[in-house]
Amino acid sequence: MTNTKTVLPTEHCETCPAFTQLEQMGIKVGDFDRVIALAGNPNTGKSTLFNALTGLKQHTGNWPGKTVTRAEGGFEFNKIRYKLVDLPGTYSLLSASQDEEVARDFILFGQPSCTIVVTDATSLERNLNLVLQVMEITENVVVAINLMDEAKRKGLEVDPRSLSRDLGIPAIAITARSGEGIHTLLGAVADVIEGNIVTKPLRVGGTPEFQKAVNELVPMIEQMAPGIPNARWLAIRLLDGDARVQKALSTGELADIVSRQQRADVQFSGKMSVEGRQ
Amino acid sequence: MEANEILAKAESLRNNLSTGFRDEIVKSLYTEAENIAKRAVKSTSDKKYDFDQKIDRLVTSPYTGLPIMLLLLGLIIWLTVSGANVVSSWIAVVLFGIGDYGRALFNQIGIPWWITGFLWDGVYLGLAWVVSVMLPPMMIFFPAFTFLEDLGYLPRVAFNMDWMFKKTGAHGKQSLTMAMGFGCNAAGVIATRVIDSPRERLIAILTNNFVPCNGRFPTLIMLATVFVAASFPPALTSLIAAATVVGVVLIGVMFTFIASWVLSRTVLKGEASAFTLELPPYRRPNVSRILYTSIIDRTIFVLWRAMQTAAPAGAIIWVLANIPIADSNLARAIADWLNPFGLLLGLDGVIILAYIIAIPANEIVVPTMMMVYMGAGMMINGPTNNTEIFNLLVNGNGWTMLTAVNLMLFALLHNPCATTIMTIYKETKSLKWATLSVVMTLGTAIVVTFLTASIARLLGWV
Repeated sequence: MTNTKTVLPTEHCETCPAFTQLEQMGIKVGDFDRVIALAGNPNTGKSTLFNALTGLKQHTGNWPGKTVTRAEGGFEFNKIRYKLVDLPGTYSLLSASQDEEVARDFILFGQPSCTIVVTDATSLERNLNLVLQVMEITENVVVAINLMDEAKRKGLEVDPRSLSRDLGIPAIAITARSGEGIHTLLGAVADVIEGNIVTKPLRVGGTPEFQKAVNELVPMIEQMAPGIPNARWLAIRLLDGDARVQKALSTGELADIVSRQQRADVQFSGKMSVEGRQ
Repeated sequence: MEANEILAKAESLRNNLSTGFRDEIVKSLYTEAENIAKRAVKSTSDKKYDFDQKIDRLVTSPYTGLPIMLLLLGLIIWLTVSGANVVSSWIAVVLFGIGDYGRALFNQIGIPWWITGFLWDGVYLGLAWVVSVMLPPMMIFFPAFTFLEDLGYLPRVAFNMDWMFKKTGAHGKQSLTMAMGFGCNAAGVIATRVIDSPRERLIAILTNNFVPCNGRFPTLIMLATVFVAASFPPALTSLIAAATVVGVVLIGVMFTFIASWVLSRTVLKGEASAFTLELPPYRRPNVSRILYTSIIDRTIFVLWRAMQTAAPAGAIIWVLANIPIADSNLARAIADWLNPFGLLLGLDGVIILAYIIAIPANEIVVPTMMMVYMGAGMMINGPTNNTEIFNLLVNGNGWTMLTAVNLMLFALLHNPCATTIMTIYKETKSLKWATLSVVMTLGTAIVVTFLTASIARLLGWV
């Protein structure tokens, strides 16, 4: 990929396109060092970003709900190989429709090294609900503020630094269609994974008594399933009375989901390249 | 620590929480999002309505929304019909010419007649037919459709048609999955994953086949052009043909509503659920992406699939047509045996035979039919233009307007192709629903064509 955009003064030298290397690897994701998940509301341009990074041609269409299964692809950035997983667009992680379940299960149990939440700069407020929910699950989150060109056309000015400060995680402005800001975004992702940036995700957890109840439940869950990621999130869902999580816990399905999501399924990618055509 | 203990603990903790704790959480989530967004976003203009909203007022208005939708559908089909007719005959001339050359070459170097026949009159002819019939409409339809998709028009369609689906007890997003069905019904069935409610998703899956897919469009276009439009002045041909195809599509939409209504009052009882659908901003479609998606992902993909079934189908027909029985051949004998049933539906035995051979892919119905009509020798290649097709069918094989109309109805309503049935099975994980999808559609097709044939005969139209 050639980046012909002028280097913005806000970009750091180390993330400047002249010094960084992005190599698209298509579906060759057999050997990878890190897994990145792409989440976000429907129609915010996840698939466009996915295609820009991997060089694949995952179908993009201007209607919410285009991606109904997860698609995988690979790319190399600064000599590190990444597997990128494009999740279906969701407004929340709480409901039980099939596409939301795909997204939720992967962020929860697939243990991506980092999750990029792609947001729509023109309707940031609604998009932030999902960002806050993802931040409940994992600390390794980076927000990509996409569609900056559309926001500009609508006369909106979005300040990534204010967002980053409030959320406690990096927020990067991008325009996925033209590739603007993508290198900065990848730089931030790498920094979060390597610990160069320590995130302090804002946790909006309801009342203090609720927090106390969560803290009582977490050790119990960890004791039952050692090494389970996101015990905190499961505790919240159990307190909320989420029937699916309750069922998963009592049938032992939870352990299955964890192992299934963590398997490096290379065959899955091959299958996607057929099933993904629509 | 047992799972049950944790569940019990969670239960007791939950009961101790104040009643409104869920609302508290959601409220704090929304308040926080609002505050953060307020700090990060500044509006530099005070334009109240932008261009998008002006367009949306027109295309989603209760008065102009539906007419605009019909106009766009008509426009796409008209482009497809008028463009396809021209290109189709060129491709036919070239491909059949290659067939003649290949056959002559094989005869010259002394290859046994049955090898030459099997390869050139069977396999190759099947392929040549499928390519010349299918490729031109797809090359025009898919880019046009992808253009509207990338522009952001599809959710507006869902918005316009929502109230109708609601009345039938189905989900408003069903119009999105129907739109995908125009490309390929299997893709339409997969697209139903956007529907949350399992009941409404099943309705969308079971009725998707009433949208004619690209495999069936060529059949409709050919019949509309050769039969319906033929009696009009040449200047109007493509307009009349396009109007006919639009009419057939609308009949399909009508059957979608009827079937959805019946299903949601019988086996899939329930009310339509509410949902929110974003109307995305209009975006300028990216030309290279449209071409890639429509040519590589869609056209080549669908055509390749059709060719994979056309080659063996061509071979089977050739073999059937070359096994002599009395003074006829096996293909004819089977067709004659099926003829009474075919006539009952206003069709004939050859058409029924073509449909049976074409179960793997609807695309090959017309080629199969033509090859059986042309008979055992098949020393001539297929007809390359509309007049020749008309002569072959009407003068040679006794077709009437009823045959053409009923074949269009049958093509619209009959059972899904094997790929779609498999997809339905995979998506529902149920043999029952997959079977129902076949029985329901095939049953509708048989009943409807039987009724139209009977009425036409009673009234003495044919």
